[in-house]
Amino acid sequence: MYTILAWRNIWRNPRRTIVILMAVIIGVWSMIFLGALMRGMETEMVRNSISTLTGSIQIHHRDYRNDPVVENSMDDMDKLDQALSSIQDTGTLWAKRIRVNAIASNARHSGGVTLVGIEPEKEAKISFIGNAVTKGRFLSPEDKNKIIVGNAFLKKFNTKIGNKLILLSQDTQNEIASKAFKIVGVFNADAEAIEKQFVFVPLVQASKMLKMGESISEISIVLPKLDITGKKEFQTARKLIASVNDDTIVIETWIELLPMIKAILKMSGFFLYIWYFVVFIAMGFGIVNTTLMAIFERMREFGLMKALGMRPLQVIRGVVTETFFLLILGILIGNILGFLSVAAIAKNGIDLSALAAGAEMWGIPRILYPEIWLQDVAVAGFVVLVLGVLVSLYPAFKAARVTPITAMTKN
Amino acid sequence: MSIELKMAWRNIWRNPRRTFLTISAIAFASLILVFMLSFQLGCYETMINTSVKISTGHMQIQAKGYLQDKKMRLVIKNPDKIARFLDTVNGIDKYSFRTNAFSLISSEERTYGVVLTGIDPDKEAHVSSIKSLIRKGAYLKENDIYSALIGEHLSNNLKVDVNDELTLLGQGRDGSIAAAVLHIKGIFNSGIDEFDRNVIMMGLIGFQDIFSMGKSVHEIVITSNSLGDVSQVKQHIQNNYVNAKENSYLSVPDWMEIMPGLLQGIQMDLFSGIIMYIILVIVVAFSIFNTFLMAILERTKEFGVMMAIGTSPSRITKLVMFESICMTFVGIVLGILIGSLVTLYFQKHGIFIAGTEDILKQYGIPDRLYPRLSLISASAGPLVVFLITFVSSIFPALKIRKLKPVEAMANI
Repeated sequence: MYTILAWRNIWRNPRRTIVILMAVIIGVWSMIFLGALMRGMETEMVRNSISTLTGSIQIHHRDYRNDPVVENSMDDMDKLDQALSSIQDTGTLWAKRIRVNAIASNARHSGGVTLVGIEPEKEAKISFIGNAVTKGRFLSPEDKNKIIVGNAFLKKFNTKIGNKLILLSQDTQNEIASKAFKIVGVFNADAEAIEKQFVFVPLVQASKMLKMGESISEISIVLPKLDITGKKEFQTARKLIASVNDDTIVIETWIELLPMIKAILKMSGFFLYIWYFVVFIAMGFGIVNTTLMAIFERMREFGLMKALGMRPLQVIRGVVTETFFLLILGILIGNILGFLSVAAIAKNGIDLSALAAGAEMWGIPRILYPEIWLQDVAVAGFVVLVLGVLVSLYPAFKAARVTPITAMTKN
Repeated sequence: MSIELKMAWRNIWRNPRRTFLTISAIAFASLILVFMLSFQLGCYETMINTSVKISTGHMQIQAKGYLQDKKMRLVIKNPDKIARFLDTVNGIDKYSFRTNAFSLISSEERTYGVVLTGIDPDKEAHVSSIKSLIRKGAYLKENDIYSALIGEHLSNNLKVDVNDELTLLGQGRDGSIAAAVLHIKGIFNSGIDEFDRNVIMMGLIGFQDIFSMGKSVHEIVITSNSLGDVSQVKQHIQNNYVNAKENSYLSVPDWMEIMPGLLQGIQMDLFSGIIMYIILVIVVAFSIFNTFLMAILERTKEFGVMMAIGTSPSRITKLVMFESICMTFVGIVLGILIGSLVTLYFQKHGIFIAGTEDILKQYGIPDRLYPRLSLISASAGPLVVFLITFVSSIFPALKIRKLKPVEAMANI
C-alpha cells in the first residue's frame, strides 16, 4: 500500500517532483562523470607505463632491479623457456631483453643512456617501440651494428639517421666494452625523458658486445588484456614462480614493478569517494530543503491522515518511501545521462596535449578517454540512496509530529 | 537602507529553517572551495620551494643556449664581476656558482656515466639544501677541492663508501682530456630517486682546474627573498646587466623555464581541480535554484496581493533578488570564516594522508601537507559561488513578471 500511495503522491505535484529530481540527477551525473574522467586517466596511465618497457609481468635476476648490471643476469634459459611455454592463455606474449646502463658518444657529445637489446619481432608486439619509429626503419634480427634512438636524443646529440654512435658499457669481465652503431631509425615517445634515455639494438649484438653468451637481463610478458586490479597478472605470475622454482629469479607484476602507479591508484580511488561525499552534502542540502518545503505545504494532509488514525511511524514510512522513489528515479536518470555523456566524449577522447610537459611529469596520457567503472556507479548510487533516505528522515519526523488540530486549523 | 533591502532581510527570516538550510549549503560550498584551493596552492608552493632548494634556485644566469644543450664551452666568463653586481640587487637572498660536465666515474668495480657538478661549498650551502641532506660523512669544506659528494643510490651502484676513491674521466673545456682521482667525503639522500641516482658534486676550484675552465662557470644560481620577488629580480638583472652589450651572451632563465614540467604539472593539477570545483558549484547552484524556485512558487498569493496594492512587478523582482543576495552573502561570509579557520588550523598542524608518503617523497615533499591561506584562495571560490547563485536566482525571480494579480491571489 505504501508503494502505491507514495508513487501517486509523487506525481500529484509534478513540478515539485521534477525540481527535486533535478537536484538528484545533477548530483549523480556529476559523480559518474568525474569518476569516469579519473578512471580513464588511471587506466591510460597504467597502460602507458606497461607499454613503456614494463609489461604485465617481468622476470629478473634477484639483484637486477637494485643493481642493473650485467653480472645480475639470468643464464638458465632452458628452464625459463619451459616455464614460459607452460602459460596456457593464448594471446600472452613475451620478449627477452638485455638492459644495462651505457654511455653513448659521438664526435661532439657524450651522455648516459640505457642500452636495450631487443628481439625485434617479438618486442614490436609487446611494447610501444613497435609503432613508435617515425623516421627511418625499425630493427630487424639480422641487423649487425644498427641502433634506434629517440627524437629528443637525436637533437641533443646533434646527429641524424645514418650517422655513427659509439656505445660504452661494462662487460661481464669488468672491462669497458665499446662498439660503434649506425643510427637507422628514430622513435617518438610520450615523454621526452624516454626519448633521451633508451637506445635499442638487436639482442644478439648487445650480447656479443657485452660478452653475455646466452644470458639476458629481463623477460617482459604482456597479457592479452589489462586487469587494473592486477589480479589476473598476479595469478599468472604465481604459476610462473611455481614452475620456475628458483630463488635467484624474481617474477613480479606491474603492481610491484610500478609502486608509484600503485600508490597513485590507491590515493585517487580514496579521493574520488571523499569527493562523492562532498558532492552529496552539497546536494543533500537541496534535498532536505525542498522535501521540507513540500512537507510544510502538505501539513493539512498529514493532519488529516493522522485524524483518520494513521500512526506517526506510518507517516514517516510514507514520506521516506516517497523520497526513496524520487532518489531511485533520480539515480537512474543521472546514470543514463552519465553514461550518455561519457560515451559521447569517449569516442574522441579529451585532448590534453596542450599540457604535454605536465602530463609527462604526472605520467598522465596526452589523450584522455573517460571510462565508467561499475564499482564507482555502485558506490555513487549507494551513497546517494542511503544518505538521501537518512536526510529525508528529518522532514519525515516533522510530518509525523504534527497534531491533527494544529494542522487542520492552519490556513 | 532602502525599503526593499529592509523587506528582503525581514522576509528571509520569516522562514528561518529554510533560510538556515540554504545558507548552510552556500557556506558549505564556500568552505570546501576555500580549503581545497588553499590546500592545492600550499602543495604547489612546497613543491616549487623544494625543487628550487634541491637544484635549480629561483633563477640562474647562464650563457645563452646552455639551458638547452648544456654544452661545455657555453660558459660565463667573468663570474666575479657578476657577483659584484648581484651584491647590489635588492630582493636577492643568496647566489652561488656551479659548473657541470658529463664524465665517466669509475670505482674499482663499476663505471657510470654521470653529470659531475662543481660547487662552491660555502655559497652552495646557502642556495640549496644539499648540506642538510648529507647522511654519511660530511659536507665539503672550502679547501676540499678534490673531494666529492655523491647520491646514496649512485654510491650503492658504484659499490663505494665514504673515504673511497673514484676515478674521473671527461673532456675539458678546451677539448683536452680531464682526469683525476676524487675522494668521497659525503653521501647524501634527498628521497628523490632520480637525484640520488645521478648526482655527484665536487669542489668548484678543483673542477675548474681538472676541466681547464679557468675562472669561468656554467651557472650562477640565485635565490630571491620569496617566490613573489622572482620576476622583479629577473627583470632587474635583465635590464641593468644582461642588456649591456658586452653581456648580451647571457640569459636569465627562472625556475619556470628551467623546469617547465613542474609549472605545467601544476597547471594540469589546478585544471583538474577546477573541473571538480565547477561540478561542485553546479550541484550547489541546483540546490539553491530549487530552494529559490520553491520559495517563490509558495508565495504566489503574497505577490498577487502586493501587485494588487500597486507594487510594480519589477520592484517585487528586485525584492526577491535582494533576498537571494542577502542569503548568499551571509552564506559566503560564514563559509569564508569557517573555511579560513579550518585552513589555518591545518596550516599550523599539517595534514597527513596515509599511503601517500612514497609519492610525495618522489616530488621532494615532506610527508605532511600544509595548506596555505591567501587572499586568492580565500576569495576566488566564494566569488564564483556568489556569481553562480546570483545567476541561478535570476530565473525564478523572472517568473514574477508573468504573474497577474487576480490569478495569483486565487492561488493557495
